[in-house]
Amino acid sequence: MTKRFKPSQTFKSNEITDEAVFSSRRSLLKSMGFVGAGALLSGSATARGWFDDDEDKPAFKAKPLDFTRNDSLSTDETMTPYAKVTSYNNFYEFGTSKDDPVENAQNFQVDPWSLKIDGMVRNPITLSYDDILSKFPLEERVYRLRCVEAWSMVIPWLGFELNKLLKLADPLGSAKYVAFKTLFDPKQMPGQRNPFMGGGIDYPYVEGLRLDEAMHPLSLMSVGVYGKTLPPQNGAPIRLVVPWKYGFKSIKSVVRITLTDQEPPTTWNRLAAHEYGFYANVNPNVAHPRWSQASERRITKGGLFSQNRIDTEMFNGYQEVAPLYTNMDLTRYY
Amino acid sequence: MKLLNKPLRLSAWQITLSKTLLHLLILGWVIFTFYLGVTDNLGADPVKALIHFTGIGALNLLLITLLISPAARYLPAPVLMRFRRMLGIYVFVYAVIHLLTYISFELQFDWSLVVGEIVKRPYITVGMVALLLLAALTITSPNKVRQRLGKRWQPLHNTIYFVVFLALLHFSWSRKTGLQEPVIYWAIALLILLPRLQYLKQRLQRAR
Repeated sequence: MTKRFKPSQTFKSNEITDEAVFSSRRSLLKSMGFVGAGALLSGSATARGWFDDDEDKPAFKAKPLDFTRNDSLSTDETMTPYAKVTSYNNFYEFGTSKDDPVENAQNFQVDPWSLKIDGMVRNPITLSYDDILSKFPLEERVYRLRCVEAWSMVIPWLGFELNKLLKLADPLGSAKYVAFKTLFDPKQMPGQRNPFMGGGIDYPYVEGLRLDEAMHPLSLMSVGVYGKTLPPQNGAPIRLVVPWKYGFKSIKSVVRITLTDQEPPTTWNRLAAHEYGFYANVNPNVAHPRWSQASERRITKGGLFSQNRIDTEMFNGYQEVAPLYTNMDLTRYY
Repeated sequence: MKLLNKPLRLSAWQITLSKTLLHLLILGWVIFTFYLGVTDNLGADPVKALIHFTGIGALNLLLITLLISPAARYLPAPVLMRFRRMLGIYVFVYAVIHLLTYISFELQFDWSLVVGEIVKRPYITVGMVALLLLAALTITSPNKVRQRLGKRWQPLHNTIYFVVFLALLHFSWSRKTGLQEPVIYWAIALLILLPRLQYLKQRLQRAR
């Protein structure tokens, strides 16, 4: 005779988890903090995938671009892979952790865009998204990027020389400096909305160069990387790249360039003037107050054992800019 | 205010099992994370990721360790005290791995740079002092040493509160701006230490 099955537990209908709750169980757990220990121990980069949503977020669509390669201004050092260039970013508008921007910036609107060049110019101009990509022929330049945090990458940028843009606007003889500004749009940039997420920085992010620095052929307005348009986390649709200065000078998602006769305020200098100067030239002889700048860790492909520490070179190896700073005490003007 | 009707008790084998699982979890987690780093599955910069993982891991373990005695007292669950030393020692272990990762993978055994950074950079000096204190607490944690120290043991081990302060300072100072993750940690630490302040106040009143 078969024994009749008798459930050891019986549920009343009010004990059964509501389907809506069940289907949002992951976010529920997440919002509960998933046991202090677990969530806290995980850190930011390490628990990748554990608490993430399973659904794939739609990634930003980068478009292929036409360009010619500039060999003479490109380094032939091993390039940092695309995946690393586009997932390890300091872009506090999208969060202070280096993997925040790739997470939070995928829906960033780059089109329509408006880049205004004004101030002490004879011919103020405004570029649209299409202008940005098509006004000037694009070049590929493989530059070293040295972060002030003592790591570096080698990146194939696409872009045009900043001096072409400035010449179009025709600066007045009295203009001495160029001020840059990032988009201010708290709706799209969570770091601007929430001071905790944006590190408590005063937004919009601003940067500046001396006019002769800006006119130097190495100063690039970049619109792409690795043959395609820039992803948002790298500063889409248009950003500055100044390879002989620390990375924070290379301002992202630029909406305004203003010619002026005063040294413009710059974001990191405003925040900690003793740590970040206006010039911020890569200089192995001037330490950051909290760490040495004499060497750097080069991020290329591979894991833990393929991260080589190399000596940092003056002006990040771009010695051709040295004449810009003759008779300047670079220890004082760091 | 008690959360449990009767004190939580665990049998001997339950304690052994729990300890084994904790060992596996804490060691397994760090081994697995290093494995991810070696195989390049830890983001663009595995070195930084591992330094952050071990540092934040040590801090988390420290806060959990400090949570043990109030939990034992107020739940009540005196059996939790049996796990405190083990967790405390893991704080030291994680902190040592943190330092070794920094020396071997960040600075890549450039010893003049290692010494220079420890001496010249205040936030690293602070971290180093915290680590040395943790070493002293670890060395004096076996029962025999504890007995030999007698009355001096408790004051020595009260320096753990100073270690919390140094660790949080080290954490905050390592960031480029103030308003970041470490702020949360200061708040959590304060919350965990709050019952002790009350306890201290009571004892002082009684002493009067």
